[in-house]
Amino acid sequence: MNFDLSPGFSKKAPQKKQADTEPPAAETQSFPEKAKVPDMDAATAPSPEIASRPRWDEVSVSQIIPKMKAEDLHASFGSSEVIKGISLPIAEKLVTAIIGPSGCGKSTFIRCLNRMHEVVSGATTKGKVFLDKQDIYDRDVDPVRVRGRVGMVFQKPNPFPTMSIRDNVLAGLRLNGIKPKDPDGQVEKALRQVALWDEVKDRLAKAGTSLSGGQQQRLCIARALALEPEVLLMDEPCSALDPIATARVEELIHELREHYTIVIVTHNMQQAARVANFTAFFYLGQLIEYNRTQVIFTRPKEQRTEDYITGRFG
Amino acid sequence: MTIRADVSLVRPRPKLLRAFGREANFGDLAFRRITALVAGSVIVLLLWMAWEMGLASKLSLAHFGLGFITSTNWDPVRDQYGGLPFIYGTVVSSLVALFIAVPISIGIAIYLSELANPKLRTPMGFLVELLAAVPSVVYGLWGIFALAPWLRETVEPLLEKTLGFLPIFQGPHQGFGMLAGGIILAIMITPTISSVSREVLRAVPAALREGAIGLGATRWEVVRVAVLPYAKSGLVGAIILGLGRALGETMAITMLIGNRSEISISLFKPSYTMASVIANEFTEATGELYLSALAEVGLLLFGVTVALNIFARLLVWRVGKLPEGGRL
Amino acid sequence: MSLAESVASRGTLSTYTHRKLVDRVVRGLCVLGTVIAIIPLFSVLWYVLVRGIGGINLDFFTELPKPVGEVGGGMGNAVLGTLKLVALAGLFGIPPGVLAGVYLAEFGNTKFGSAVRFAADVMSGVPSITVGLFVYSLVVVTTKHFSAMAGGIALAILMLPMVTRTTEELLKLVPESLREAALGLGVPKWRATLRIMLRTALPGIAVGIMLSVARVAGETAPLLFTAFSNRFWSTGVNEPTASLSVNIYTNAVSPYEDWHRQAWAAALVLLLTVLVLNISARFLVRTRVRAR
Repeated sequence: MNFDLSPGFSKKAPQKKQADTEPPAAETQSFPEKAKVPDMDAATAPSPEIASRPRWDEVSVSQIIPKMKAEDLHASFGSSEVIKGISLPIAEKLVTAIIGPSGCGKSTFIRCLNRMHEVVSGATTKGKVFLDKQDIYDRDVDPVRVRGRVGMVFQKPNPFPTMSIRDNVLAGLRLNGIKPKDPDGQVEKALRQVALWDEVKDRLAKAGTSLSGGQQQRLCIARALALEPEVLLMDEPCSALDPIATARVEELIHELREHYTIVIVTHNMQQAARVANFTAFFYLGQLIEYNRTQVIFTRPKEQRTEDYITGRFG
Repeated sequence: MTIRADVSLVRPRPKLLRAFGREANFGDLAFRRITALVAGSVIVLLLWMAWEMGLASKLSLAHFGLGFITSTNWDPVRDQYGGLPFIYGTVVSSLVALFIAVPISIGIAIYLSELANPKLRTPMGFLVELLAAVPSVVYGLWGIFALAPWLRETVEPLLEKTLGFLPIFQGPHQGFGMLAGGIILAIMITPTISSVSREVLRAVPAALREGAIGLGATRWEVVRVAVLPYAKSGLVGAIILGLGRALGETMAITMLIGNRSEISISLFKPSYTMASVIANEFTEATGELYLSALAEVGLLLFGVTVALNIFARLLVWRVGKLPEGGRL
Repeated sequence: MSLAESVASRGTLSTYTHRKLVDRVVRGLCVLGTVIAIIPLFSVLWYVLVRGIGGINLDFFTELPKPVGEVGGGMGNAVLGTLKLVALAGLFGIPPGVLAGVYLAEFGNTKFGSAVRFAADVMSGVPSITVGLFVYSLVVVTTKHFSAMAGGIALAILMLPMVTRTTEELLKLVPESLREAALGLGVPKWRATLRIMLRTALPGIAVGIMLSVARVAGETAPLLFTAFSNRFWSTGVNEPTASLSVNIYTNAVSPYEDWHRQAWAAALVLLLTVLVLNISARFLVRTRVRAR
C-alpha cells in the first residue's frame, strides 16, 4: 500500500508536500504516455462553494475528506474470498475510479459500499465501511436506509418494463413511500440532469424500455438521482453502450461531479483517465495502488500498476 | 438538498425481530413467514385429504378388512360391500385405454419432436393439447350419442366377425361397456402421455442425436438408436402418469361404461369403475356402513393414484433436465 | 441389425432402400397416429356445434328448466351457477396459490420448498372426485347442506397446484437485474418482490390463471356432492347450485329428448368458453414473447 491513510476527518490546512503535489504538466515521462489526462476543471466554472475549497490536486491524497471509507474490508462468496482486506477512501464530491483486470473484485467492492453484496445468498462481508462517521456494517444499521443515501447504477440498463419513463423516474420515491411533492417538476429536474429531458419530454408516458440503450442507462441514472443520494455508485455503466452513448454518459459524470460523490468501476482504463479525479487499482482482491488519476497513469509507484496500464496484462 | 440525509442509518433491530431470523426489518420477516405458511398449507392440505378419507373409511375398513378387495358382493340392501368389481372395472378399462393410447401417444411424441416438418409442429401440437381442454362431461355426452352408437352398429359387429374367437370380443352389442369406456379414456389420456413424452424426448441431449446422424442414420434410426434408449425411463413415467389420469377419470367413463357391477371377460359387456360407483351412489347412500364403504373405495383410488403419480414423477425426473414435476 | 451394421452395409443398395422404407413406414405410422388422435377432437366439436346450436337462444340464458314434458325453458340458473362457482374457486384458490408460488420462487431452494413443490404436483394428479369427497366431509357434513361455497372450495383445491406452479415459473423468468434496480433504490426486499418482480410477471401469471379457470369450469365430479344441483335460481353461496357441467351430465343420462337437446346446448356454451380461454391464452403468450 502506498499512501498514508491517517484519519483525514478533520480539515487540515493544505500543506504542500513536495512528494505528492507536483503539477502534472512539466514532467518528463519515463515511458510512453498511455493516457492523456484532460484538464478537467477548465470546462465548468466551479460554484463558489467549491472555489473556496482547496483545489483537489493541491491537496495530498492523505488530506482529502472522505465521504466514505473502507477499512480492512473483506468480502466472500461462500468460502471463496474475493476482497482481501481493502482500505480505501472515497473523496467527497469527486469521482473515484476503480480499475483492474477481470475478477479483481472491483464490482464486489462497489457493491459493498451500499450493502448490495450481501443480497446474494451465501455472500458475507467483514470489516468496516464508513459513510461520513457511521459504519454502515454496524449491527444496528438498516441496509435499506443505506441504499437510500448511496445510489447505484448498474452495468446493464434496467428500467422497470411495466412503468412509463415518468413513473420510472419517480419509482425510487414511490417505492419508498415518499409522495413526490412536485412530481412533474421532479421528473423534469432529474431528466434534465441526465440530459434526457429534451429527447423524451414528449413521450414521458411511453414505456421505459422503449428507449435506446444509452437513453435507458441515462434514465436509470435519473431514477437514482431522483432520490437525491449523497453518493452515486456506477458499476461499469457504459460497458453495454455504444461509443456515442458512452461519451454522453461520461459528459454526464463531469456535470454531476460537483454535486455528488461518484465511484465508478470500469474495465476501460481510458475511461478512468477521462472522468476520474482519483483512481484505485485493484488486483486479485487487493488494493495495489491508489492516487490521483494523473499520478496513476503517468507515474505509478507499483510495478503491477505500470504493467496493467501499459497493457502487459489485463 | 438530500432527501434522506437526515434519516439515520441506524435502526436498531428490536429483540423480537432478532429472535425470529436474520431479516433486517419486519416487512421482510412477515413476508417470508406468511408466504412460507401458505406454501406449507399445500402440504397440510394433501395430508389432510388422506387423513379425512381414512377417517371416513374407518368403519368399512374395520368391518371388512382385506375382504373388501376380494369380495364381489356389493349389496347395499344387506349392507354387504365388496369392492372387487370396481377394482376390476377400473383396472381393465385403464389397461384397454393404455393399450390404445400408448402407441398413438408415443407416436405423436416422436412425430412432433423428431420427425415433423417444423411448420406443422406447432399447430399439430396445439391440436393435441386441445384434446386435454375438452371437459370430461362433454366427452361423455359425445360418447353417449356418437361413440356408443358407432360401436354398437359398426365396430363391435366387425370385431366379432373378425376376432370373435377371442373371448374379449364376444357377447351382445350394446355400445356401452368396457370397450367404450376404454376408448374414451384413451382419447382423454393421449394428450397427457404425449405432452410429457415430448418433454422427455426434448430433454435428450442433442449430442446423442448428432452422433447418430453423423453415422448416416435415417431419422427413424436416430430415434430408435439414440433417443429412445436414453428416454426410456422417462417415457415409462409418462405412461404411468397417463395411467394415473385414467384411473381417476370419472364423468366420461361413468356415462359410457354401463355401470353394472359384474366381472366379465368380454369387452362388450358393461362394467363399473371405482370413480363411477362413488359418483352414482354417494348421494343416494343411506347408512353409515354404505357411506363408509364408498369412502373406502375413494381412499383406495386416492392411494393408488398418488402412489402411481409419485413413482411416475421419479421416473420422469430421472431423465435429467426436467424440472421436478413438469406441468401436466 | 445394429445401427453400425446397417450403416456399414449401406453400400448394398437393397439394404439402404430397406432402411429408407422402414423410415418411411414408421413416419407414416406416426402421422397416422397423430391424425387418429385428432379425429375425436373434430368429431366432438362437430357434434356439439351441430346439435347444440339449436338450443342456444335467449331463453337458455335466462329461463329456468321446465318440468318434464313441457318444452322450452333454459339453464339460466346453471349458467349463473357456473359463474358463481368459478368466482368462488378463484377467490379461494388464486391468492393462496400466488403466495405459495412467490414463496417457492423466492425462498424455495430448501428441502421444505421441494416438499411443497412435490405436494403441489401430487395434488394436481389426485382424482377430482376424491377432492369432492374431502370437501363433502369437511364442509357439507359440517354445514349439513350442499352449497355453492362447498363447490367453490372443491374447485379451489383443484386450482391451487396449477396457480402455484404458474406463479413460481413466471416469477423465476423475471430478470434479477430488475430486483437489483429496486434494491439499489433503497427498497426493502419484500416490497421489491411484490411491487416489481410480481408486477412484471403478472401478465404471464394471468394467462396461467386463465387456463386453470378453463380447466375448473368444466369440472363435474367434485360438484356432485358439494354444490349438488338446483332446479331453481340459487341465491347467495349457501344454497346448492346448478352448474353447466353437472346439468350436462344429468340431462345426458336422462331419457328425455328435450333434456338431451338442453345438454348439447350447455355443452356448446361450456366448450366454446373453454376453447376461447385456451386459445386466447396461447395467443397472448405468443404475442408477449414476440413483443420482447
